[in-house]
Amino acid sequence: MKNKFRLFIVITFLSFCFIVFYKGLNNVNTYTPGIKDKKNIPIFQAKNFDSDIYLNSEKIFEENIFYIVNIWASWCVPCREEHPLLMKLNKNQSIKLIGLNYRDNLSNAKNFINEFGNPYSQIIIDDDGTLSVEFGAYGVPETFIIDKNKQIIRKFIGPINKDIIEEIKSIIK
Amino acid sequence: MKILKIFIIIFLSIGFSNLKSDEQNDELKSKILKNIRCLICQGQSVYDSESEFASSIKLIVDRKINEGLKEEKIYDFLRKKYGDWVIYDPQLNKKTYILWLLPLLLFLFGGAIMIKKLKFKN
Repeated sequence: MKNKFRLFIVITFLSFCFIVFYKGLNNVNTYTPGIKDKKNIPIFQAKNFDSDIYLNSEKIFEENIFYIVNIWASWCVPCREEHPLLMKLNKNQSIKLIGLNYRDNLSNAKNFINEFGNPYSQIIIDDDGTLSVEFGAYGVPETFIIDKNKQIIRKFIGPINKDIIEEIKSIIK
Repeated sequence: MKILKIFIIIFLSIGFSNLKSDEQNDELKSKILKNIRCLICQGQSVYDSESEFASSIKLIVDRKINEGLKEEKIYDFLRKKYGDWVIYDPQLNKKTYILWLLPLLLFLFGGAIMIKKLKFKN
């Protein structure tokens, strides 16, 4: 009786381990930081894309509207994919697009904008990537929605697509 | 001549103290960077990684140390930005109670079994 009980315990324990590890195999093993709570936008100073003037975050986000912050670079291939969608999004009057040029060569970035068009009402330069860290980004492209209270309410990692555009439109309604 | 000697001593002592503090900051920086997970190459620490994300984090950590922030404050800053997972060393909180207490419980349980067996043998 005692041996049977021991065998039962061992089998139960091994089955439990098997289920845990089997379930674990199906889980995605890359971590993606998301936004669970709303976060205030960072307070920063950044160089303007078109001039040597430094801009304050208060000045950049001064209007009482929704802002979209898009992190991009001329060397980033997915940024080229999403650019036409950003050009369309730019036509929406109730939002302003802010471009954050990430670790880029300025002349290449300017060529990119000249070639594909400028969807941004303001472009700021992040030449060492530290400003993107302040936003909680870890690569390009990433897009953030900032609400009227100057809080980051949504974050999209990777290039935006039509579904994301629809989501943005429904959020800013 | 005396004044010159005093001046040289003061100058050297300032130089040495700066060197020492730089060395301490470098040690702290290495310690912190080894404890931060690179989110681009997720098997590596930021210290070992050469990714763009890692180099930005290295700059941020350097800046925060120079601003006088303590180690835990720098981790808090990164946790706010990227979540708990970005730090290798997990904090003791609601989500990690089992992680921290289970080994201790297993140790106590195993110890109790061993003591019981030994007593039984004796």
